[in-house]
Amino acid sequence: MAYEFTKEDLKEIEKLKARYPEVKPVTLPALWIAQNRFGHVKPEVQKLVADTLGLPEAHVHGVATFYTQYYKEEKGKHVLDVCTCLSCQLCGGYDILEYLEEKLGIKTGQTTEDGMFTLNQVECLGACGYAPMLQVTNDNYVNNLTPEKVDKLIDSLKNGEKPEYEKIRMPQHKNT
Amino acid sequence: MSTVDWKNYEPVLIPDIKDLHKIDVYTKNGGYKAFESVLKDKDKWPDQKSVINEVKEANIRGRGGAGFNAGLKWSFMPPADGKPRYLACNGDESEPGTFKDRKIFEYNPHVFIEGALIAAYAMEITTIYVYIRGEYKVYIDMMNKAIQDAYDKGYIGKNILGSDYSVDFYVHSGAGAYICGEETSMLESLEGKRGYPRIKPPFPAQKGLWGRPTTINNIETLAHVTSVINKGADWFKSIGAENHPGPILYGISGHVNRPGVYELPSGIPVLDLINEVAGGMRNDKELKAVIPGGSSTPVLRADQLEGITMDADSLRTVGSMLGTAGLVVMDEDTDMVDVLWRIAHFYHHESCGQCTPCREGTGWLVKILLKIKNGEGEIKDLDLLLDITTQMEGRTICALADAAAWPVRYTITRFRNEFEARCKKSVHAIA
Repeated sequence: MAYEFTKEDLKEIEKLKARYPEVKPVTLPALWIAQNRFGHVKPEVQKLVADTLGLPEAHVHGVATFYTQYYKEEKGKHVLDVCTCLSCQLCGGYDILEYLEEKLGIKTGQTTEDGMFTLNQVECLGACGYAPMLQVTNDNYVNNLTPEKVDKLIDSLKNGEKPEYEKIRMPQHKNT
Repeated sequence: MSTVDWKNYEPVLIPDIKDLHKIDVYTKNGGYKAFESVLKDKDKWPDQKSVINEVKEANIRGRGGAGFNAGLKWSFMPPADGKPRYLACNGDESEPGTFKDRKIFEYNPHVFIEGALIAAYAMEITTIYVYIRGEYKVYIDMMNKAIQDAYDKGYIGKNILGSDYSVDFYVHSGAGAYICGEETSMLESLEGKRGYPRIKPPFPAQKGLWGRPTTINNIETLAHVTSVINKGADWFKSIGAENHPGPILYGISGHVNRPGVYELPSGIPVLDLINEVAGGMRNDKELKAVIPGGSSTPVLRADQLEGITMDADSLRTVGSMLGTAGLVVMDEDTDMVDVLWRIAHFYHHESCGQCTPCREGTGWLVKILLKIKNGEGEIKDLDLLLDITTQMEGRTICALADAAAWPVRYTITRFRNEFEARCKKSVHAIA
């Protein structure tokens, strides 16, 4: 299939160009726009980004492969990035990962047969106080996970609902 | 040593004010007065240098982990020559155990924006970029909105508040790379490249973004600038530890009852932070160890913590560092071998691969630790690990190799018995 940016995408890219003294810095944001549009940045999409910006394909490929959040292959509809790094490890991140493996019937790194879920283990997402947690498809975090909360999340994702942004009340020592 | 009066401290970065993230609420609570003052009050701030001097005098030690005096860093910028100069604000926040700057993005973005604007004015900077890790999508959206609101109110843009100062302010999103929190790697990422750290010198103040003078500051550091201009360097210095003054956003995680981010003076006793601020140990377990300031800072045993406070000087006496003040608390059931293996796994994954000692060293650390974790290790592997750390430290372009080596060195030396217990018994007289 041929990949093409929409008019809005191109307008957005033009707007971004004005923020920098040269075009190369638009590589990262343009890859984001591409991924939001196509769901991944496979080599064909990298070529589209390179052509659109007038940069070498090799440069865009180099950038796309350096950063973990760009999907260099197609993923499931929902990508579950479970943090297992330090604080999450201490608070049961691996238990959540294993629970999800069992629940979805896949191993970490795999996608369910229906293409609904991809399960990943990731490094620190900066939510250490709300461990264990996961991120859904580079978007909202779901914090303080329990098996029950995971069940609810999976059900709501299957129903096409996006997990809500969880505002965490600021704990202040005086209020407690 | 005098005890820091943390119980009566009133937060200034993240105070308990409803909807403070909205620009109207922020200005109603005295917001943007500091920036207005440096632009207009020529009696108080005759020139840019007077602003730099005040910040230098306050001794805001960089909150991103390195702890360098922010005002002093600003003074390294060469004189303006009419060409572009940049401020790059570091919101990459990726060190395990660190989750503080996101609270500023969420609860009080304008205190940071105002601080960045003051910094930019003081250094005659023409463009500000705030680099935020890609995973913080929701905070990136919030910051874009907050910056747009500040543009609309005339705090950013051309001839700000009728002065002859103009500056632009943009968000730049990362895309998943711990190394981009390293300042020169962040510059590469801002320039649209793979995040490979640069060799220093030249330092960013001489040659930063696109070869132009650039200063890089942490988000929290810049937020403190607003308070320093509002309340004065003396106020800032009156809070907390003498050589590391001011409030700090402590991120507390791990086995405590009330993990979270707390704004309190520097120099608070570590044990007060755990037992009183964070509500004590979960399930009434015994404290075993803490990592005081993000995963790269050396681990401390519970028996090392008596009388130790959260500031660079005190932590140095027991062989650790304040880092990002992300305190990770571990209880008696924690398996230190597992913890260290996971930390090593992180640094191996995040090594950019540019320097051989780091690329290969982090790999060997995690391989050997996995072997020990699985009960296949031998006592001599522990010494091999220590040997590898000495071959990594200080031998690379950036500090990631050191950050990977320190936890290995200090976790093994401070919990050696646990590591030995996981190794195979020696059959022969020698290990």
